Amino acid sequence: MTPSSFQSERVPAGWQHRHLLDLERLTGDEIRLLLDTAALFKEATDHCRRKLTVLTGSTVVNLFFENSTRTRTSFSLAARRLGADVVDFSASTSSLSKGESFIDTARNLEAMGIDAVIVRHSTPGTPHLLAQHLNVGVINAGDGPHEHPTQGLLDIFSIRERLGDLRGVTVGLVGDIAHSRTARSNLWGLLKLGAKVILCGPPTLVSERWRELGVEVSHDLDDIVPRCDVLNLLRIQFERQNTRPFPSVREYAHLYAMTSDRLTRAKPDLLILAPGPINRGVEMTAEVADCRHSLILDQVTNGLAVRMGVLWLTCGPREPAAARVNGHPVSDARNHG
Amino acid sequence: MTAATGTLLLRGGRVVDPAQGIDRIDDVLVRDGKVVGIGQSNEAADATIDATGLIVSPGLIDMHVHLREPGREEDETIETGTRAALAGGFTSVACIPNTEPPIDTQAAVEFIRQKAARADTCNVFVVGCVSRNREGKELAEIGRLVEAGAVAFSDDGAPVYDAELMRRAFEYCRMFDKPILAHEEVLELSRGGVMHEGLVSLVLGLTGMPAAAEEVMIGRDIALSEMTGGRLHVMHVSTAAGVALIRAAKTRGAKVTAEACPHHFTLTDEGLRGFDSNHKMSPPLRTAADIAGIIAGIVDGTIDCIATDHAPHAPEKKMLELDRAPFGILGLETAVGLTVTRLVSPGKIGWPRMIESMSTLPAQILGVDRGTLRPGAVADITLIDPAMEWTVDVKSFQSKSVNSPFNGWKLRGRAVAVIVTGLVKYRLGRG
Repeated sequence: MTPSSFQSERVPAGWQHRHLLDLERLTGDEIRLLLDTAALFKEATDHCRRKLTVLTGSTVVNLFFENSTRTRTSFSLAARRLGADVVDFSASTSSLSKGESFIDTARNLEAMGIDAVIVRHSTPGTPHLLAQHLNVGVINAGDGPHEHPTQGLLDIFSIRERLGDLRGVTVGLVGDIAHSRTARSNLWGLLKLGAKVILCGPPTLVSERWRELGVEVSHDLDDIVPRCDVLNLLRIQFERQNTRPFPSVREYAHLYAMTSDRLTRAKPDLLILAPGPINRGVEMTAEVADCRHSLILDQVTNGLAVRMGVLWLTCGPREPAAARVNGHPVSDARNHG
Repeated sequence: MTAATGTLLLRGGRVVDPAQGIDRIDDVLVRDGKVVGIGQSNEAADATIDATGLIVSPGLIDMHVHLREPGREEDETIETGTRAALAGGFTSVACIPNTEPPIDTQAAVEFIRQKAARADTCNVFVVGCVSRNREGKELAEIGRLVEAGAVAFSDDGAPVYDAELMRRAFEYCRMFDKPILAHEEVLELSRGGVMHEGLVSLVLGLTGMPAAAEEVMIGRDIALSEMTGGRLHVMHVSTAAGVALIRAAKTRGAKVTAEACPHHFTLTDEGLRGFDSNHKMSPPLRTAADIAGIIAGIVDGTIDCIATDHAPHAPEKKMLELDRAPFGILGLETAVGLTVTRLVSPGKIGWPRMIESMSTLPAQILGVDRGTLRPGAVADITLIDPAMEWTVDVKSFQSKSVNSPFNGWKLRGRAVAVIVTGLVKYRLGRG
């Protein structure tokens, strides 16, 4: 597949899914295919600035049950770059406030003849339920603390762009692992691509149980900084916490904020990512956010590339045999139980 | 309940009555709604059922059923719930009072009894609220409720949160020799939770309900029961450590009994991986180690009873996001099949222990004149085909709701006939 040939290309046979619900249930090969496709789109669109027509005639809906500015904008822009029409549907303006169930809401949208739903919801598994009940593609744009697959992919894309193969690369995910969907999607993607993952934060935010998945758990940032090739600094999700998991923001920042001082003990070519929005002074100091190690703005551009790739793989034209089984579109719901 | 007139002979079944230590192939004769006796009978009965190859058991009793009426008739009614009980092999249920309004007055008890009489299905024993309006603030009129026929007390759905109120409830119930059926949960520890706290909840990003939330409260209630001499019955024990706490208390001679539910000795938290709200219940499905602990507790008698916590919810309520969907699972129509398949067929328990846990001991704990086939006993009898293989189909359920994760499961063992007060109230395939 070459950048110029998208018009005639079909979705490669290595991608059989109609939905993108999480990274946990994808294989390493499928994740590599997603990343390679994103790279082609980045090139074909001249760093995500030029418009293509590969999804002209398709309509995707941003179905956001939770506030979002950047992810929704990124998906909208990615869809438009591919020529698709985009409709925004947010819970506050919908009939959800009138008591309609989210499945009924989505079925209404389906009946309007859309091709894919990009869904964000505060409850884990909601995209999975929609995938079972709807006959359109479902892309998870964040389901509570569960997963945010396109964020995980764009983080990994940004690392891969700089370091190439991820095998043997050590990535530290620092902060509010407990409430972070970004952490979970990164964790699965990184593990499947052969990276070493370290989760770091206070025990109230980083469970020892993560070790059962073969990752390192650390409560000491100073111990892991010199060993990491990449640090992904996750936002403290104050809004998701029942009780505050640390005594004060000041104490948290003292123990876990990435500072210029800690940077001096890091590898010289350390990469720093942050999914944003950043709490400057909490997860990192302002100097760190703006330093040469920071990939924060690359992440934003790469987010468009990844989302173009995902939209094309889930909505793009398929080989007739692969796309339909017994007259019914292939559905991930079956694989996802 | 109308009683039969005339005689009914159950011929040639395996009669299992743990209360009398009986387990043998024999006949059972029933006259005018009462058991005449067990033994070869040459009497020409008015009706005869060939029980060859069947288990003939004292009628099964489910001491933990939510019938939802009054207040939530869209989920279940007394009529549909008791029909589901019959289809599951139960001749009696104890209904839990977390209805709307809760069962905390004589009038409310009377309402249930009237509705049950009108349904004319199985026996319904009424559990009254521990606290007025189930608010956990002051005692309900327990003495008046006992007069109206309440057999036990419970604020189930929620724990009796105020330890001092629980202490007073134990002390007060002691005078009537009634047990308190306790839902054990420290709410601060389980707040916002939708499933067991473990690796699966961690991976799914779902808020967990740690095992300790249940165990801490079991510990508190055992201490209060031992302090007061009140009778504690621990409902739906779901953790291995909870079983251990109860075992230790029983060893000390505490007046503690306990029940476990079929789903808690069958399913684990892995079931939530599909985000299906039919796997959401409280207490939650836990781990394989907890299942092992519960089964060990059933085998050694630490867990006295098997009860279902039958908790119907209309489909539109369950078809919501996991955190908005209510807790609960149907139990009545799958309990026998699950217990036989999971415990009896693999040889973990024998038929006498199964029937003890589903009839003899529930009757004793509730203090009701059921649970045996002694001469003169009320002729509530369940006939079970121990070898029948069948597939669960929620569409064929008598219950008004369908919230069962067991739909499509192949099970072994099923009730084929249910006799209440000498009348055949249910025969499989004949409605």
